[in-house]
Amino acid sequence: MNTFLESLRSALESIRAHGFRSLLTSLGIIIGVTSVIAVVSIVQGMSQSINAQFAGLGSNSLTIRSHTPFKQAMQGNFAKLQDSDMRVINRQVDGISHVTPVLYTNTGNQGAISYRSQSATSNIMGIGPSYLQVNGIYPQSGRFFTRDDENRRRLVCAIGVDIIENLELPKDPIGEFFLIGNNWCKIIGVIEKRGEILGFSQDNFILLPYATARRIMGSTRQDLDIQVQLLVEDMNRMEEVKSRIRRVLRKQHKLKAGQPDDFKVQTAEQLMESFNAIIDTVTAVSAGIVGISLLVGGIGIMNIMLVSVTERTREIGILKALGATRNNILLQFLIEALLLSLLGGLVGVALGYGAGALVAAILPGFPPAFVPLWAVLLSFGFCAAVGVIFGIIPAAKASQLDPIDALRYE
Amino acid sequence: MSTASAEPVVIQLRDVYRTYTMGDQVLNALDGVSLDIKQNEYVAVVGSSGSGKSTLMNIFGCLDRASKGSYVLNGTDVGDMSENELAKVRNRQIGFVFQSFNLLSRATALKNVMQPLVYRGIPLAERKEIASLALERVGLGDRMGHLPNELSGGQRQRVAISRALVGNPDILLADEPTGNLDSKTSREIMALIDELHDQGQTIIMVTHEADIAKHCNRVISLEDGKISSDEKQVKSR
Repeated sequence: MNTFLESLRSALESIRAHGFRSLLTSLGIIIGVTSVIAVVSIVQGMSQSINAQFAGLGSNSLTIRSHTPFKQAMQGNFAKLQDSDMRVINRQVDGISHVTPVLYTNTGNQGAISYRSQSATSNIMGIGPSYLQVNGIYPQSGRFFTRDDENRRRLVCAIGVDIIENLELPKDPIGEFFLIGNNWCKIIGVIEKRGEILGFSQDNFILLPYATARRIMGSTRQDLDIQVQLLVEDMNRMEEVKSRIRRVLRKQHKLKAGQPDDFKVQTAEQLMESFNAIIDTVTAVSAGIVGISLLVGGIGIMNIMLVSVTERTREIGILKALGATRNNILLQFLIEALLLSLLGGLVGVALGYGAGALVAAILPGFPPAFVPLWAVLLSFGFCAAVGVIFGIIPAAKASQLDPIDALRYE
Repeated sequence: MSTASAEPVVIQLRDVYRTYTMGDQVLNALDGVSLDIKQNEYVAVVGSSGSGKSTLMNIFGCLDRASKGSYVLNGTDVGDMSENELAKVRNRQIGFVFQSFNLLSRATALKNVMQPLVYRGIPLAERKEIASLALERVGLGDRMGHLPNELSGGQRQRVAISRALVGNPDILLADEPTGNLDSKTSREIMALIDELHDQGQTIIMVTHEADIAKHCNRVISLEDGKISSDEKQVKSR
């Protein structure tokens, strides 16, 4: 323990004596750790806010979407979900309280909207009346569609609160007309603010009656790909409903046994899980990149330590003449490498958190940065490992020096 | 060889060879050296360059090992010792003084003198105390906080001597201690070393200057790795 303390002391002195060089030596580590902590802090911040939002979402809703298996995609056969699928679900599956189709029209110029001289883009969705119940959203002013709007394919819409701002609509936009593509559309309702997920606003949307959406997509074709959202009456029967939907849809799509599903049935929880999977992937990839930069940083440390050993050959000779054992010398240089690496890690964590917090603060709509303890511990652990692994070769070289040769070294 | 004195033998060399092989050439830097050195002797090792006197000093100081023959230091055969044991011997039984001082350039005078005590596991406060006393003994009590490059040559050698003695070694090994100093400073340093001898220190000194060798009471001459003469003399100052 005493030897360790002495080695620590002389390592600290040596680092202090070569302040600037020590900084440069640690730079690789500093940059590596800074980048990982910055990325992790931002991603984890997002993850936290997403999870909080999903927690508020109804967990008894199901979303069915088309899913093209890889093999089919290669052959150019893309799966679709159609009106007929929704009808068959509605007719043949028990335990469902609300069903709505969702038709996204945000491709091409369909997403373009304008009001007077203002233009913007938005997510335009054609939906059934049950959309409100399934998604737990409500108009804050005006009204929602009626069956009559649907049947007559009226050009009326409910908008998210962002649209008011984006198009510079009057404070109370009910009754105003604006352009969706080439169609004048009347605003009949404004939906309550929903907030943000992943830093993207959830309030930049326009809801149209389903039939109207089909109309302004300029198509009466039956082959549009839709999503089906529904509410399950009883949470406990969720799995039963899911498997029933699966059976019905497989039959409807005439899938043979052994063929994969060409659709996916997802719960809100699964959506959250897939978001988290993305987050985890981003974290893992950034950790991998950092692993590489820590490796490079470690090589940098080894390099400088080797130079330092050569430069201090005479000093090592003197210390050996004064009675330093091989272990004394080994420990001193090893601890020096370890300290350089850990100091780099410390600076890196601080800078990384600062960078993450700065990015989160500057970019609008970003959730606050969050550095989990495991990331800090992992960074330090990695730095320590790098310090020991890359410090051992120079330290061994120093300890093996022959005292006579070392004393003679100029 | 000296006989009469009753002082205990500190160093005993028996038929010591130190052989270097360079390619197919075999060079005997030491070619069958045998000698005894007793406590409180003041020995000068002289010889021309290449005579083996530095090799002999390195063997005395346990920095090097004999290729053949035995070296008994304070009754213990050094030949079978491990690297770590040799380091311990250097730390406790030997004090080195070099021609080029060999101070740690980044450490103050005090820290230089404290360094050997580090390897004995003496706590910091105590180390400081012992080292300060050692520096005061060589007249550098007011230079403790100075770095080596802030000291004159004579002062540096005093720090080095103080560092060599701080652990109370059995033998002080000095390799051309005045080689880098002017004549006035040389005289001062030699006076200091003489004084140490008077206080009972065993001293072995390598030198090629006859003036310096005169301070000693025994002169061993080396030639081609062999002892060519070994004479006692009355030291003159």
